[in-house]
Amino acid sequence: MKHFSELISAIEITNKTNSKIDALVDYMNVAPEKDKLWIITLFTGKRPSRPVKTALMRQWCLEITGYPEWLFLESYSSVGDLGETIALMLPDPTHKIEKTLSAWMEELVALRPQSDANKKAYVLNAWSGLEMQERLIFNKLIGGSFRIGVSKKTLVNALAKYSGIDANQLMHSIIGNWNINTISFDDLIKGEHINYDNSKPYPFCLAYALEKELPELGEPQDWQVEYKWDGIRGQIVKRNGEIFIWSRGEELVTSQFPELVSAMTTFKDDFVIDGEILALKDNAVLLFNDLQKRLNRKTISKKMLEEIPVGFYVYDILEWNGKDIRSKPMVYRRQILENLVTSDTLPHFIVISQVITFKNWHELDAIRNQAREFNSEGLMLKQKDSPYHTGRKKGDWWKWKVDPLTIDAVMIYAQKGSGRRSSKYTDYTFAVKKDEGLVTVAKAYSGLTDVEITEISRFVNKNAIEKFGPVRTVKPELVFEIAFEGIAFSNRHKSGVALRFPRILRWRRDKTVADIDTIEQVKLLITNPT
Amino acid sequence: MKLVKFTKKGIYCIPGKFYLDPWLPVDYAIISHGHADHARNGMTYYLCQTDSKAILKHRLGTDIRVESLNYNEPKMVNGVQVSFHPAGHVIGSAQIRLEYKGFVVVFTGDYKVKNDHLTIPFEPVKCHEFITESTFGLPIYNWLAEEQLRQQMHDWVFKNQSHNRTSVFLGYSLGKAQRIMKLMEGVDKMYVHSAIHNLNAAIESSGIALPQTELLTYDFKNDELQNKIVILPPGLLGSKLLKKIPNAATAICSGWMQIRGNRRWQAVDAGFAVSDHADWNGLLSAVKASEAEKVYVTHGSQATFSKYLNEIGIPSAEVKTEYGSEEDDKEVVTEKTAVS
Repeated sequence: MKHFSELISAIEITNKTNSKIDALVDYMNVAPEKDKLWIITLFTGKRPSRPVKTALMRQWCLEITGYPEWLFLESYSSVGDLGETIALMLPDPTHKIEKTLSAWMEELVALRPQSDANKKAYVLNAWSGLEMQERLIFNKLIGGSFRIGVSKKTLVNALAKYSGIDANQLMHSIIGNWNINTISFDDLIKGEHINYDNSKPYPFCLAYALEKELPELGEPQDWQVEYKWDGIRGQIVKRNGEIFIWSRGEELVTSQFPELVSAMTTFKDDFVIDGEILALKDNAVLLFNDLQKRLNRKTISKKMLEEIPVGFYVYDILEWNGKDIRSKPMVYRRQILENLVTSDTLPHFIVISQVITFKNWHELDAIRNQAREFNSEGLMLKQKDSPYHTGRKKGDWWKWKVDPLTIDAVMIYAQKGSGRRSSKYTDYTFAVKKDEGLVTVAKAYSGLTDVEITEISRFVNKNAIEKFGPVRTVKPELVFEIAFEGIAFSNRHKSGVALRFPRILRWRRDKTVADIDTIEQVKLLITNPT
Repeated sequence: MKLVKFTKKGIYCIPGKFYLDPWLPVDYAIISHGHADHARNGMTYYLCQTDSKAILKHRLGTDIRVESLNYNEPKMVNGVQVSFHPAGHVIGSAQIRLEYKGFVVVFTGDYKVKNDHLTIPFEPVKCHEFITESTFGLPIYNWLAEEQLRQQMHDWVFKNQSHNRTSVFLGYSLGKAQRIMKLMEGVDKMYVHSAIHNLNAAIESSGIALPQTELLTYDFKNDELQNKIVILPPGLLGSKLLKKIPNAATAICSGWMQIRGNRRWQAVDAGFAVSDHADWNGLLSAVKASEAEKVYVTHGSQATFSKYLNEIGIPSAEVKTEYGSEEDDKEVVTEKTAVS
């Protein structure tokens, strides 16, 4: 595991993507075949199920060290990572174990069905045979994310650099269905398996936020403009009678949306379409807040299907009757899509994304600003002759969101982050005025610079009320402008409102707690109660 | 017996009428070591360990009134017997032992129990009351053995050299810089920033030998530093001087680098957990070796460490002081002072 350990050390320290790619390539040059497959498995979220519960690992660590649980938790809140906390607390190794990454992984897979006593013997032997950094990696192999900033894209770019194979094809190969026990590394990266795979999705084409003035885009008639929706971006794959639904996280979510699957069976063509899964009721789009109630459930009850029905707004078509048409111009694909999705036999909740007609750029701004009224996030601008790109590419597709809503709120709790952010207080809870007191309205983690976070951490250290535990209550003194995409009434929140995508817009050093908003003012922002 | 009390100005010895490492001006200050949060300006009279004297004069001014004692050399101050004992933190660092009518209190200042082959190693002192720091008072902080640490740092320099890169270490001028020099001794030519160079000169004036270094001047030639080692104060991270060094690989040396999140917080190429403080086991061993009836825990993880001591049967209380709970005190070395 020495090479793998060096790889992790090299990747975790740098925030430059190119350095990460170089480290991955260095690794692939020396790693055994099977280890390379495991790297792809681990970094694409295809890892096997956790063989040992974290609660057990924690318990064994306490048994070995003899420390009280509160001390463990105190340490954990300083480190921000359970596997690392355990690795740091354990005593020095007594012997040395050296195994390849795949040997470790195969043992861990075999460990899963075994008794807790066997698991304990195995884990304790590993802990006492590994140095700190290797011990940390071992704990991470059991479960949990490495949090070292290697995205699928970074991995694919490294594989491309290593093998000379086109990155798009590689992306396609590694996100499809494959089994580590039946495929060789070469076959995988050459994509030998994907022709037989009815499920394969394409990498999504993503848009950048509009960063120029509209007239700079050229002529309005060269652009197709649609509404931008706040649901789950999804790809529906229908091939040879089989139907698969992929989310943008390259996750298969087919079983979560049975109504979409049955709707797809009414089509006779094969295709891959791109669109948005949305909660739809009486032909109106509900807030993401509603859709969220249906997500990640093991079973979808009948009641749930009735209360929060979903629909699919279709944006684009990537494959039609077996032919990849992503390189054809947008207008061509749109024509095929319109022919496909206008059939009378289709259920009403399969909707083709509306193309907005407008005469000039000026008019478009007004249209954008009304978008929130029917729960749209803004507009999408797509060049009419653009192909369906792989990933994020600048120039052809732009997203142009409605301006966010904002409020002024005061920080009342702070918590240390995790991973890179574990050394500072980076996660904050904000409140607005309610009667004579304060009420929590949002948690936010992003929007500040490292310098500001360092300054706030110092404030928290000085002004915290608690000495123990992960959360610090701070004097309500620091005021921030919080931006968010939407707001809805909520019974689950003490404030009675739920904010969508809250983040810190800026630190208002010019304001005091006396200047913050009241909950009544916040509720006035709700235009469309559901 | 109440020999010391914790006041707004610092730790006060009641019969002795003097303060230990006070943070506000007082008449008589006994100083554990030369870091700025322990040795401050404005005291009428200073008493410190012999090797600290030149450091204090260098940092606080040559005109300060300062007297010094060797380790283990007692002095009576208003009936209280005062003596200094090695703390192993930085050169000249001392635990301060106070004895009055048979009752003994020890204030550790900052300390480390591992031998760094540079400072005189920590000597446990038995006492009735032990006032200890707790900068790294959590069980996640246990330092590598000096040999392993040295090996890691050497490997990093060799790897940099194989890519024609200059290895830049960031470490505080007093203590950490000399420690890095010692760890890197014999690897390659070392260049140090003027702030470090001047402190080295002060230390050497007390007759202490340090590894050989060159002064890093602002007009270095580009190929002069290639594959060599440069040591800068941490304040110069992101500075023009650092950017001017071609092909630099930068490493922060600090106990906080033990945690991945801390290593990754700063945009550097490496982080080494090189600390001049006691680690968790070091703190525990020092507390136990003191055989104290009562342990007062100051700067750092005082709440956690003192709660733990109470649980393992060592009566303890936490004390709030103004000493830095950062690994190193705040040293202001900016571009401006860098040129001087």
